[in-house]
Amino acid sequence: MFSEKNYLPFIWGGLLLFSTILMVFGNNTKWLLVFPETLQIPIADYLDAIMLVFVNLFRWLFRFISFVLDWPMRGVQELLSWLPWFTFASLATFIAWQGGGRNTAILTLILLLYIVIVGYWYEGINSLSLVVICIPLAVIIGFVLGVLGYRSPKANAFLQVMLDFMQTIPAFAYLIPILLLFGFGPVVGLIASVIFAAPPMVRNTILGLSRVPPEVRESGTMSGCTPRQRFWWVEVPTAFPQMLVGVNQTTMAALSMVIVAAIIGGFEDIGWEVLGRLRKAQFGQSVLAGMVIVCLAIILDRITLAYAKRQLPTESHSGFRLKQFLMWFVGIALVTYILSLIIDPLRIWPEYLEFYPADGMNELVRIIITNYGEFLEGVKNNMQYFILLPVKLGFTRSIYPITWGFELTPTIIGLYWTIIIAGSILAFVKKNWKLGVAIPFLAGLLYFGITGISWVVYLTVLPLFAYSIGGIRVAIFVTGSLLFLMVAGIWVPALISIYLCSVAVAICLILGGLIGMWASTSDRVSAIVRPINDTLQTLPQFVLLIPAVMFFRIGEFTALMAIVAYAIVPMIRYTEQGLRNVSPTAVEAGITSGCTPSQIFWQIKLKLALPQILVGVNQTTLFGLNMLVIAALVGTTGLGQQIYLALSKVDAGAGIVAGIGMALIAMSADRMMQAYIKATKK
Amino acid sequence: MPPADNIKLSCEGLWKVYGDNPGQHFTGEFGSFDVGRTFQQLRDDGYIVACGDVKIDIPAGSIFIIMGLSGSGKSTVLRCLSRLVEPTFGKVILDGLDLLDQGPKEMIEIRRHKMGMVFQNFGLLPHLDVLKNVAFPLKAQGISKNERLGRAKEMIDLVGLEGRETSYPHQLSGGQQQRVGIARSLAAEPEVWFLDEPFSALDPLIRTQMQDEFLRLQTQLHKTIVFVTHDFLEALRLADHICIMKDGQVVQIGTPSEIVLAPANDYVEKFTGEVPLWKIIEAHSIMDPPDGKVGDRPSVKPEALLEEVMQLFEGDTEEVEIVNDAGECCGVLTPVSIIRALYRDEK
Ligand SMILES: Nc1ncnc2c1ncn2[C@@H]1O[C@H](COP(=O)(O)OP(=O)(O)OP(=O)(O)O)[C@@H](O)[C@H]1O
Ligand SMILES: [Mg+2]
Repeated sequence: MFSEKNYLPFIWGGLLLFSTILMVFGNNTKWLLVFPETLQIPIADYLDAIMLVFVNLFRWLFRFISFVLDWPMRGVQELLSWLPWFTFASLATFIAWQGGGRNTAILTLILLLYIVIVGYWYEGINSLSLVVICIPLAVIIGFVLGVLGYRSPKANAFLQVMLDFMQTIPAFAYLIPILLLFGFGPVVGLIASVIFAAPPMVRNTILGLSRVPPEVRESGTMSGCTPRQRFWWVEVPTAFPQMLVGVNQTTMAALSMVIVAAIIGGFEDIGWEVLGRLRKAQFGQSVLAGMVIVCLAIILDRITLAYAKRQLPTESHSGFRLKQFLMWFVGIALVTYILSLIIDPLRIWPEYLEFYPADGMNELVRIIITNYGEFLEGVKNNMQYFILLPVKLGFTRSIYPITWGFELTPTIIGLYWTIIIAGSILAFVKKNWKLGVAIPFLAGLLYFGITGISWVVYLTVLPLFAYSIGGIRVAIFVTGSLLFLMVAGIWVPALISIYLCSVAVAICLILGGLIGMWASTSDRVSAIVRPINDTLQTLPQFVLLIPAVMFFRIGEFTALMAIVAYAIVPMIRYTEQGLRNVSPTAVEAGITSGCTPSQIFWQIKLKLALPQILVGVNQTTLFGLNMLVIAALVGTTGLGQQIYLALSKVDAGAGIVAGIGMALIAMSADRMMQAYIKATKK
Repeated sequence: MPPADNIKLSCEGLWKVYGDNPGQHFTGEFGSFDVGRTFQQLRDDGYIVACGDVKIDIPAGSIFIIMGLSGSGKSTVLRCLSRLVEPTFGKVILDGLDLLDQGPKEMIEIRRHKMGMVFQNFGLLPHLDVLKNVAFPLKAQGISKNERLGRAKEMIDLVGLEGRETSYPHQLSGGQQQRVGIARSLAAEPEVWFLDEPFSALDPLIRTQMQDEFLRLQTQLHKTIVFVTHDFLEALRLADHICIMKDGQVVQIGTPSEIVLAPANDYVEKFTGEVPLWKIIEAHSIMDPPDGKVGDRPSVKPEALLEEVMQLFEGDTEEVEIVNDAGECCGVLTPVSIIRALYRDEK
């Protein structure tokens, strides 16, 4: 510890000097600005070649799986879309009632009626049927893997790495190899959804099984159970509530992925409808269709949660026994089916009864845009000129008379740097060397822009930064990730992704932090914010694009808004929770020792809540990176777009490389943040 | 110690060592290595010796209590005896059979028919109601539903929980949950009954009540009982024999009054110091030899506690006679001898 304190400031100082020299004198040296191509390795091409061999060898196997899966999938699809909507809605309501009682049932019925009345029944059911087949597959696979991970430490170590990766690698990236292996068609969506939806089940199975109290397990053994009896009669039932939480998360993930997989197209589902309408700028239609997704999400969430809760013996509501349940189920099915034969609109909702106010909504949007367009445009432009562009391109390339109202003359540049250097020196004099180093680095970042700084600087500064907060292992991971991004030739798009994500995260931190603080002081605000957060989190990310595009059209700013909408949730939650969890005794101690209210807030509450708030920051960052790829659909450059392009060209290598790139960025950020959180806790 | 042919369960040279491959230190013949040195060497090498060189004999139908501070290895010994924990070395003999030689199938049979266990935190199955929890060991044996539920019902009546059959564990108080645990452990009519701090999670009032019921059950059932506790009073109250452990080793084994009257060392004495001795010491263990006098003196049985004897010294009574079942006088007690016994540490 002692020696570390001694040498770190000097290394940082040296690095500062080195970076300055590099940026000042290397300004025109091309190989310093752009990572030289001679050092790049065509990893994507190698991957393509490997993929090709692999596909040729095993195509028959995967096509066979695809063929086998095709049948049940079609079967379920046919069955569900053949069922009269009335029968389906009645059965779903019955299931909801059995799980969660009257309120869940009413909610389910209303949401289903919306889907019927708007006229998206067929598309909605198509998506839902994919989810319905996906769930058992993902749950079984997740359960088996979870049990494996629980039983064998080796398998567990492997699984944890895989889960880590699966959580951070964008789903789009593995859509491509799946496409190559399984061929085009709805089965791809199914398989991708299963892969995407299984991890939460794996996690929760491992968690549940390892949380079985040892005494419960021992009581099984002492009751004379064989290992198999003990597993099925003692361990699984005790872990069951946790596993059902897994089922809920798996279901939501499945829906999310089924919607996203619509991008490959292939069959008439609701995701495709939204995407298509969005592309044609038909906002009313896309909102109406997007609402269908929202309805499906809420229904699936509530029903699975209700059944998960029902399994806890603490829950007072419990439904029929299985036999009775089945009798009612069949009874309802028969009665409603016969009714729908007699009354035709109960079978297929007639078009003349549809309520499809898309035109009205489009009109409304038009009116809003003509009235407030200038304002919206102004917000967008200001953000772009004063925040997005400087961060991306730096002051040198973004300050012009038309935008900022003045030119970046040498005098102004001189003034800027004089102030910065003075600030830095002041910090050093005050013995705060960290601030002294941070000021010029941040000033340089703003001056040259994230994309204007030499890769050499990144490759030296970031590892040292990682080392300073997290030690050697984090530093190695970060260095490896940087090298991968550079060598694989995706450094420039990676920088753009990082830039967009950092701006989004910064907005989330400020906005989310403020909302969280407010909510922590007022129960009413908290009561308003909570359901909004819940909804934002249950929604498939895709849906968030609709309002963003509606008001800001396609572009980087729009993507930014969508990312913020999704990633702000954890920041709000953790800030509120952290502040609310501060023990009253600490506050009282502050009051009695004569702190002013603002001192109490800044020096006691915020300080004590900091570790939890930092967890929120970490989550927000991961959420932001996650959303970045989806947001690429509405116009960003960067890694998200690379993946998206690769997908449209079915270029597995490029897609995987970009996907791994995203995952490495996310994992690096996560590791540094975790290390920092650990340090602040101490 | 009672005669050896009465021994139901015993262990000898029993070791449980945690760490990397501890078995390598136990290659010699059984009983051939130096205990003190092995202990030292294992601890120096960073192993955790949860229990070492434990030798215990438990007579059939008696209550054997293992007692010691937290971490002294009580639970480990109990779990080695039931083979829930695999001993590193030693012998565990039940009815003349070495348990450590038994295969997994045999162990399951032995647990099904000969062993029952009660846990500190009850270890109930949260998803089953009281009746099914109690019937669970019978279900594992494959006994038909009607029969096992009938037997479970009897057990529930035995522990005084009638009427709560359809409750779930979380709906019961701690005391009630432990009654379920007791009923379950008795459902398969075991011969050996293990209890690991069964009453420690309960508040003091309930604890005494449960101890009374435990004694009542035992007078009905006559099980061979291994009972772990860290509460010395509980041990004194319930035990036929007490085994005191420290740092994984047995310090002393004896009847309650042997332990109280002749503690093996300071560690044991510390426990006995806080104990109201007149509630534990029996008349015969401190009596003076018969003095041959005949007269109108109060008499008590040899097992009478001093508490009872002391009440007889009223008025001008100066001696109390100890009379055994056959009606013979086997000794006398005077206030002086009682005071001496109670204040022995003052000496
Ligand atoms: N699985 C294990 N791995 C490593 N060490 C263990 C393990 N189980 C027990 N020990 C150690 O063995 C020693 C004895 O533990 P044991 O549980 O037998 O103590 P105890 O007397 O029952 O204590 P308590 O009154 O707290 O239950 C302790 O030092 C404990 O840390
Ligand atoms: Mg214990």
